[in-house]
Amino acid sequence: MSSLKLTAKIVRNDCLEKPDPKALRDAYGSTLVKLGEKDRNVVALDADLSSSTRTSMFAAKFPERFFNMGLAEQNMMGTAAGLAKGGKVPFVSTFAIFASGRAWEQIRQSIAYSRLNVKIVATHGGITVGEDGPSHQTVEDLAIMRVIPGMTLIVPADAVETGKAVEAAYRYQGPVFMRLTRAKFPTVFTEDYEFQIGKGTVVNEGEDLAIFACGLMVYHSLQAARILAEQGISARVVNISTLKPLDKDLIVESAKKTRAVVTAEEHSIIGGLGGAVTEVLSTAFPVPVEMVGVKDSFGTSGKAEELLKYFELEPGDIVKAGLRAVERKKSL
Amino acid sequence: MATPAQIENLRKIATGIRINILKMLNTSGSGHTGGSLSAVEILTSLFFSEMKYRANDPGWEGRDHFVLSKGHAAPVLYATLAQAEFFAAEELSQLRRLGCSLQGHPSCVCTPGVEVSTGSLGQGLSMALGLALAVRLDQKPSRVYALCGDGEMQEGQIWEAAMAAAHFRVDNLCMIVDNNGLQIDGPVAKVMGIEPLWKKWEDFGWGVQRIDGHNLEEILDALATARQIRGRPAVIIAKTVKGKGVSFFENKVEYHGVAPSADELKRALKELEG
Repeated sequence: MSSLKLTAKIVRNDCLEKPDPKALRDAYGSTLVKLGEKDRNVVALDADLSSSTRTSMFAAKFPERFFNMGLAEQNMMGTAAGLAKGGKVPFVSTFAIFASGRAWEQIRQSIAYSRLNVKIVATHGGITVGEDGPSHQTVEDLAIMRVIPGMTLIVPADAVETGKAVEAAYRYQGPVFMRLTRAKFPTVFTEDYEFQIGKGTVVNEGEDLAIFACGLMVYHSLQAARILAEQGISARVVNISTLKPLDKDLIVESAKKTRAVVTAEEHSIIGGLGGAVTEVLSTAFPVPVEMVGVKDSFGTSGKAEELLKYFELEPGDIVKAGLRAVERKKSL
Repeated sequence: MATPAQIENLRKIATGIRINILKMLNTSGSGHTGGSLSAVEILTSLFFSEMKYRANDPGWEGRDHFVLSKGHAAPVLYATLAQAEFFAAEELSQLRRLGCSLQGHPSCVCTPGVEVSTGSLGQGLSMALGLALAVRLDQKPSRVYALCGDGEMQEGQIWEAAMAAAHFRVDNLCMIVDNNGLQIDGPVAKVMGIEPLWKKWEDFGWGVQRIDGHNLEEILDALATARQIRGRPAVIIAKTVKGKGVSFFENKVEYHGVAPSADELKRALKELEG
């Protein structure tokens, strides 16, 4: 552990020894109930997946403010837009592929264009959905949400950040898309961590390499940083939980400091975090960038951990990418 | 019941709106003529008899809400809003111009009095449903009106909303179908048949009325009846004529998305102004 320089107070100093996995969607469900208690304008909508997304917790407590829209995601997004126009703060949930893909144009036209105050909290993002396979997995959602003008896009790293991000999304005026998962994630943050929309967080300090990560990949990047440290490479690990608006300053500052970059995400390497970071760096401060992510392919059935190995999203894959980036830096 | 004098007044307003639609479309050089003209009496009835609103305070909490789901009929909405003094009539000449407040399709970001942004068909009814649910949660007496096209009934989202509004027994929502029978590629019946519409809406659990969408008395009566329907949403299927009011535009599919030329405008104004 001494080989790492974890950010004091906000990162659990024994997180690598004791992962303490927790479900992000449980944190969402309980935070939503808290918000519902505080504000009677908070309403929730779901498309027949409330027990999976955990909006069922809100539904049990506030049945009159919960709308199960059935298997009709497009109408759900439009109805949420209308509720927002009527002064409500709708939280809309279903699986990430259906929220982002099935209802993309409704999100664009009915919600985002009018900057309506709708919070889309999509669960079962990424490939760690597992056995259900590619129809229920999503490696595209971050790309297609990120491209919508004015959309705020958040991918929390763990359950602690999820709870805080849901509260921040509630306080924020405007559309938000938040991607959660089915799988439990190890807990990176302590309760002292303060989430701010648009702000990245250095979770481990380092000089030789910057790893920008979101979601589960933040934890994997910390594991990778430990392995790299044993090889004499110190890696700065940055949690980019807000993909939009992006913390450009922190990204450029980290690139200037380390001059070698890795991006890591449970998403296609096209259009997601890797795309966002390279868009910034290629214009502001070009450095070697290596991307860890799903390489332009659909998911497949399997256990979550098997899929992470199959799609090369494990800490070892981040290590390899880090070594490549450092090697490229040397040859510049 | 409206008095003959009130009806006469509405008729004059409708003619003024028709004239402004044609003028603004001629000035802009593009836009949707036929589907704007078919909805004139419907919007006139809503904005000058049925609905509560404050033109100088578009966000007034006590207002009734209007959603133009068939967003391409923006000119009729803009001409109506100008007539209702949400903004100055001079602005109509700016339609579709760069930097103007009157976008090609309705934008609530740009135009006072436009409730929600539409233009991509099939989405307005869902937003109207959301507004109706919000109003009901707040126990407000406001009502929500949505105007949809008949071609628009081909969008799957319409039927998702139809199902949901009936399921939630939303009775502060009234949809009007501008049943002009034509869409871009030809007659609705030929492009993708949707009849019998009334039966579909009835089967979906809505309270259905069928009227002549250019007859002001019938429209006002139907809106009044819709207000009395309890426990389910109301739909008024208004039979209309595309291009209504200008003889050479009427029932012409080619005038769906074409603005009148200077000569056509002259001839049209002659017919309307008499």
